[in-house]
Amino acid sequence: METSTFHHALKIQSEVCIGCAHCMRVCPTEALRVKGGKARLQSNRCIDCGECYRVCPTGAIMVEQDDFNSIFNFRYRVALVPSVLLAQYPEDVSVEMVIQALLRIGFTKVAIVEDSVDYLITRINNYIITNPNRKPIISSFCPAIVRLVQVRFPWLVGNIMLVKPPIDLTSSFIRKKLTKEGIPQQEVGIFYITPCAAKIAAVKSPEGEDVSEIDGVINMDLIYNRTLHDIRSGGTKQSVENGVANLSPKSITWALTGGEALSIEGKSLAIDGISNVIEFLERMETNEVYGVDFLELRACDESCAGGILTVGNSFLTAERLRKQARYIPESKTGLLSQVKISEYGDMLKGRVGLSRLEPRSIVKLDDSMVKAMSKMERANKYLCYLPGIDCGVCGAPSCQALAEDIVQGEGFLSQCVFLQKIMEQNKLDPKHSFRIMKKIWGENRFTKDCDKPKRKKM
Amino acid sequence: MRAGHASSEVKKILKQLNVEPSLVKRVVVALYEAEVNIVAHAYNGIASVDIDASRVLIRLDDNGPGISDIELAMQPGFSTASSTVREMGFGAGMGLPNIKNNSDEFSISSEVGKGTHLEFVVYLSSK
Repeated sequence: METSTFHHALKIQSEVCIGCAHCMRVCPTEALRVKGGKARLQSNRCIDCGECYRVCPTGAIMVEQDDFNSIFNFRYRVALVPSVLLAQYPEDVSVEMVIQALLRIGFTKVAIVEDSVDYLITRINNYIITNPNRKPIISSFCPAIVRLVQVRFPWLVGNIMLVKPPIDLTSSFIRKKLTKEGIPQQEVGIFYITPCAAKIAAVKSPEGEDVSEIDGVINMDLIYNRTLHDIRSGGTKQSVENGVANLSPKSITWALTGGEALSIEGKSLAIDGISNVIEFLERMETNEVYGVDFLELRACDESCAGGILTVGNSFLTAERLRKQARYIPESKTGLLSQVKISEYGDMLKGRVGLSRLEPRSIVKLDDSMVKAMSKMERANKYLCYLPGIDCGVCGAPSCQALAEDIVQGEGFLSQCVFLQKIMEQNKLDPKHSFRIMKKIWGENRFTKDCDKPKRKKM
Repeated sequence: MRAGHASSEVKKILKQLNVEPSLVKRVVVALYEAEVNIVAHAYNGIASVDIDASRVLIRLDDNGPGISDIELAMQPGFSTASSTVREMGFGAGMGLPNIKNNSDEFSISSEVGKGTHLEFVVYLSSK
């Protein structure tokens, strides 16, 4: 198996994990296995989409963030806030109140991620016109999608738009602006308030760029709780510039489903939900997609409004943002469009592009085609014996996955409970097959337990 | 099976074999066109795919109406499709020419009222 140095924000806390395998069943890249009674994450396969996090009944999967107090290592502390945060709160909490609360809990400045959207729209449309041979062009906005394409659709990597998402442009812009105002670089700390795990992974080990301008990432649920607590305990008011007042309708709804697609010229599709995205990419790979110019693909249902670290209901969040957008005059454009391009244009021009993205296939059985072929033959042979019901009792998500694990030297046929039954007819000692099961599911799985956590959905 | 099923299955296999994307694309495009032809004209048929390290060999057999003038059918733009079919995005008369363009070896034989046999090869390693 390939080793990888990719940073993952999703971590399994072994001491909390009960090895229930719920996560293994929903992982779109088959990155999870159960061994020794615990879920194990294969780092080269994981795309940080967070599907596992959603179904874990014990909260064993955590999203690793930076310590909130690390913001105080900087004199100027910028909270880089995506617009979905502002729509999380109860109806009586206004955007101004949220921004005030962010300043009171320790930040010195609040910036909205989508501030660079109006500038970006021009760049994206431009990119589409100048890259007709890369169509349909896949948006680089959702980092889980970028990684999904890299690992499961390596041939489509060339379709990913080499234009940075708003988060990178806005952070570059803020840093530059503060430096221009005479604030020393090293005194500025930019902290992104994230709605998902994939954005953290993208900041910590960016794809297609060398370093991120962001100094730290803090989870949205933590910020939500702190700010709401502050608001409810009636912190003193101070007047603030309303960050959202500067945003255009297009910026406010950018992170929602359809946000990008509606602003892109030509035939653009907006697809949300990772299984919908996978189905479409499969079709695209077999050349069944014609005449599409641009694809806005988002891993979460309802896009960022449905991020795993959001607190509010995704549909309500989306509705609030759309309503806000309706009350803003069309003519409004974000900060980046307001400032003189002569001042920042050159700087941004140099930073708007992503460098080449590399495919890193998890689908190939071997680099060498001849070796891959013999592995495939062996895997197919094992599949003749495996029952094909994908029960997961072997600790792998499907019979196919177990067969492939075996040819990669990571598993044994005897892990299959069906084959154990057959082997027990011949020479396999039932005690031994019991030991095999315990190796997968742990010692405790076989003792009576009336307090097992219930499944989450149903 | 619906048209596109065979090409999608073959794609999965070639992807696992780490075959170069541009080559896979040619195989998949050619096979997809052939599948659409069979579904459109013969309603059912059999595709057999043989892969080794040097090439992908695909044979397609159907018991359809057959092609009376193969030379004419091979001409780009020649089509027997109705305007309704064309509106659906099919029947542009590019099926057979497309299969030929995407393959390294190509042969077709047909008998009216009996069926059509199509065979094509895409080389995987440069010979």
